[in-house]
Order: sequence, then structure tokens, then C-alpha cells
Amino acid sequence: MKRPLAGQNAIRALLFLVALLVAPLALPNEYYLSIAILGCLNAVIAVGLNLLLGYAGQISLGHAAFYGIGAYATALCTTRLGLPIPAGMVIGVALAAAVAWIVAVPTLKLKGHYLAMATLGFGIIVSIVFNEAVDITGGPSGYVGIPRLALLGHEFDTDRGYYNVVAVVLAAVVLLALNLMKSRTGRALRALHVSEKAAQSLGIDIAAHKRFVFVLSAALAGLAGVLYAHYLGFIAPASFGFSFSIQLVVMVILGGMASVWGSVAGALFLTALPEALRDFENIDILVYGAILVATILFLPDGLAGGCTRLFRKFRRTEASHAR
Amino acid sequence: MPADACAPPLLDVSGATVRFGGIHALTNADFCIPDGSVTALIGPNGAGKTTMLNAITGMVSINEGTIHLDGQDIAGLPPHKRAAAGVVRTFQNLEVFTSMTVLENVMTGRHAATHYPILASLLRTPAFRRAERQCREIALDCLEFVGLADAHKTPAGDLPYGRQRLLEMARALAAAPKLLLLDEPAAGLNSKETAQLGDLILAIRDKRRVTVGLVEHDMDLIMRVSDHITVLNFGHPLASGTPDQIQANPDVIKAYLGEEE
Repeated sequence: MKRPLAGQNAIRALLFLVALLVAPLALPNEYYLSIAILGCLNAVIAVGLNLLLGYAGQISLGHAAFYGIGAYATALCTTRLGLPIPAGMVIGVALAAAVAWIVAVPTLKLKGHYLAMATLGFGIIVSIVFNEAVDITGGPSGYVGIPRLALLGHEFDTDRGYYNVVAVVLAAVVLLALNLMKSRTGRALRALHVSEKAAQSLGIDIAAHKRFVFVLSAALAGLAGVLYAHYLGFIAPASFGFSFSIQLVVMVILGGMASVWGSVAGALFLTALPEALRDFENIDILVYGAILVATILFLPDGLAGGCTRLFRKFRRTEASHAR
Repeated sequence: MPADACAPPLLDVSGATVRFGGIHALTNADFCIPDGSVTALIGPNGAGKTTMLNAITGMVSINEGTIHLDGQDIAGLPPHKRAAAGVVRTFQNLEVFTSMTVLENVMTGRHAATHYPILASLLRTPAFRRAERQCREIALDCLEFVGLADAHKTPAGDLPYGRQRLLEMARALAAAPKLLLLDEPAAGLNSKETAQLGDLILAIRDKRRVTVGLVEHDMDLIMRVSDHITVLNFGHPLASGTPDQIQANPDVIKAYLGEEE
């Protein structure tokens, strides 16, 4: 059997990256490019959250907090502390991961609704800190003056340039997630989702695996956070609150549980949808809700599951025509 | 109980007591499984058989007593470390990973025996791919052994009940255990499937050289495959010996059938 050196995942991720880089040519103006950037950042978080929620079966209703921790950490490091941007970004991701590690130890002993409550509480506490620690975070009115991303002397000051960076990051995250799930660790996570008893009876350290995937998904949210901060140059607590945490969960479920591509699709779809509904003016939120309900009703396994079924059906009819 | 009945012991449970609140599920219970044997643990409902199995695998902890596997004290280890030490079990109520394919289930059984850092799996290094290929081959071999090789791509949840039982056994065998504990493996099987199960248990002992501990209600199966039998009653060992000795033991008959007036 001949196999490409890098594997199928790498080829798919590369094709995805090419598609991402070409896509802006179809966009009518710069404004849509900024939506695309936010869509990609949301996709990074959604892929990470899906590792936790879709694969390992552990809910988090506080993931927006890690997104915010990454954003505020790099904002403070690169302005108040005067650190270089790459250092601020590394600290932002590391801090999100470190906080997740501390939160994981007590909360991941909980299951189901209790875990949902605990992560929800954590998200709300962090949100309160962002709002109330006015001296540090700037409070509800936000934090301004964060420098635009510059790496190796190149400043990504156009939206197009920044979009390219974000696209590369998203493609890399997708590739790593796909690879991870096709490994011993991925199997262990899917196993403990179905039966913790059976998983530990086969030598899987459940607590360690849950902690790992929680920290990993928080680090990805932190990564999206630092990229968000250095893109907009301005951050405010409203972006990192409870409603965004819920939106992230919706992206994962709508896209398809335990599907990396589904999460990407769910995130891009949900980010673009409000823009597409601008024409409905006052009732846009109603239409938004109706679309969500319809999608869940008719695609119970999400966008990913729906596409897979459509594809299979198409192949079957093709095969029957050939006969 | 003859002292030499358990030489050399692979598993040696001594003086095990498990209390759930005021209820004594096991009281000062001894249970040992000779190396290379099929040893059955039987007893009336509520005798503590499943508690004994849970105590050995670490799903419940013992209040008193010791558990030695191959000379190593495992009583203090968490369940996943006991599995790595060589005790792997199946479940009375199937615990198949329904979201995965049959092959992935069995590959999961290789968890403790497959080693590479997470970074290697992220980058798909040559060492990673070598280890995965080996894991896959061993898993396929185990599926072949139980007769499920043809179904390796099937989602595990789609398998019929009897074949899910076989899958659990293949998954446990993939872990290359020293001791395989089967919790009521014949439950829900028809007589033909039970006969095949008996053949499989003997093949596990003879071809795979894995010692088998068996908790079961089907007496025909037990008498056919067991080298040793221990009878539990009210959390306490009642008798221990060969199938013939157990069948002739008046205490055992009394416990199962009640006393004649």
C-alpha cells in the first residue's frame, strides 16, 4: 500500500488553506474580509471546543473566558509592560492554558449538568473581573491602543494580510486536531466519552485525559483571543461574556459533534449568518433563531453529518446510474 | 481447602472485606487464581461475585485485605494502573465504545501498550506511524482470534448483541493482559453462542496463554471450561476446588438448593 508521506489529513488541510486564501477574491469589499477574519478565529475556538465537547463529551459553558484571558493578557503585556508582540501572544496562550489547568482539577470531577454549572460560573466570574477591574482592564468601556500584529519586522496592517495569517493558523489547527483524533489520545478521549468504566479498565487515565483536552481547548481559545486583540486593537468585556460562550457551543453542535470540519463550518456559518440577515432589519434575530431551529431539526448530526449523507446519497445515485 | 490448590498463584486476594455503609459485600474473603488456569467464581445472587471483580480491578476499594497480582501488591493502585499491570476485564452490561468502529475499539484496548508522545501524533512522525501500524495489526489479530475480523470497519454500535460480547473480549485481549476477567460473558447468549464462547475461553487459555477469571451463572459452561471453582456465599468463600469436588460438596448444594427439611 502506497501512502503519501504526510498523510491524508495534511493534504486536506492544505486544500482547505488554498480555498481559504482564494476565497476573499469572491468578496465584494473589505468589510466582508473583517467578517471572514472573525469567522476564522471563531473556527479556531470551535475546533478546540469540539475536542472537549464533541469528542471527549465534556461540556464547557465558559470558553469565552479563555478567549478573553488570551486577549487581555497580550493587550496588557504589549502595552503596559512593553513586551514585544510575540512574547505577549505566547503569554496570552500560556495564561489561558494555565488558568484552564487550575480550573480543570476541581471541575472535571463533575459530570453533565454539574460540569455545565461549574464552567458557567467560572465564565461569569472572569467576565465580572474584566468589567470591574477597571484599573487593569479598562472596565466595561474596553481597552484601547493594542498594537497591530507584527512578526519578523513585517507589520500585518491590511485586513488581507491579517486574513492570510489567520487562515494559516486555522488550517494548522485543523490539521493538528485531525491528527490528534487519529491517535492513541484521540481514541482515549472518544472512549471515555462513551464509557468511563470501560476506558479505565483498559488502562486509560481518565482524569489526565480530561484535563489535557480541557487545557488544549482553552489554549486554542486563548490563541484566538490574542489574534483577536492584535487585529482589532480594542477589546471590551462584552465580547467575552456568557452569550459568546453559548454561541461557541451552538457552533459546535450546529456544525456536528465530533467533527473537526463540522466545527469549522458551524463557526463560519454562524459568523456570516447575522451579516446575511441584515436585510431583515428588525426581525433579523427571529429569522436567525428560526434558521437555527430548522438546522437542528433537519440536520440532527449537524452540517457535517448532513453533508456526509448528501454526499453518500449522491454517490449511490451515481452508482445506480452507472449500472 | 487444599493449600496447594493455588500454586503458583497469578492472582491472590487475601482477607478482602468490602463494606458499603453497614452492608458487608465481602467479608474476609480469600480468592486466588492459579497461573494458566480458567478459574470460575460462582455463588447465588448477591453473594459478592461482582464486588470481588470490582475489587480486583479497582472499581471499588477494599476496606481490609490484600490483592497481589504476580507478586505485586495492586490493592492501592487506581483502575487504569491495574489494567497496565495486567488485569483487564469485560462487563456484564456491555460497555462497547459505540461511537467507534470495531477496529478502533480494539485499538483502544492497546492504549497502555502503545507509546508515543502526543507531539509525535500531532506531527505524524515515522515512530508514530510505526507504532500505529503495529497497534492496528495486533488489533486485527485479536479480532481474527474471536472471529470478528470481517466486521472491523463496522460501527461497533451496529453489531448484534452476541458479537458485541466478542468485541469486548477482543478489546480486552488486545491489552495483552496477564489475567482476563470475564463478568457473566454468557448472559444474553443463546445455547449455540454459549458453546462457542466456551471454545473461545479455552482457546484464550491454551493459545493465548492468558489466565482467565470467570464470573458466570451458566453451570454447564462453568463445569466445561473451569479448572478451578470458588464458591461465594454471603460475601464469604464457601468452598474451592475442581469442578468435580464442587459438584459433590454438600455445603455448595445447600447454598444453591436450600436445606432439605
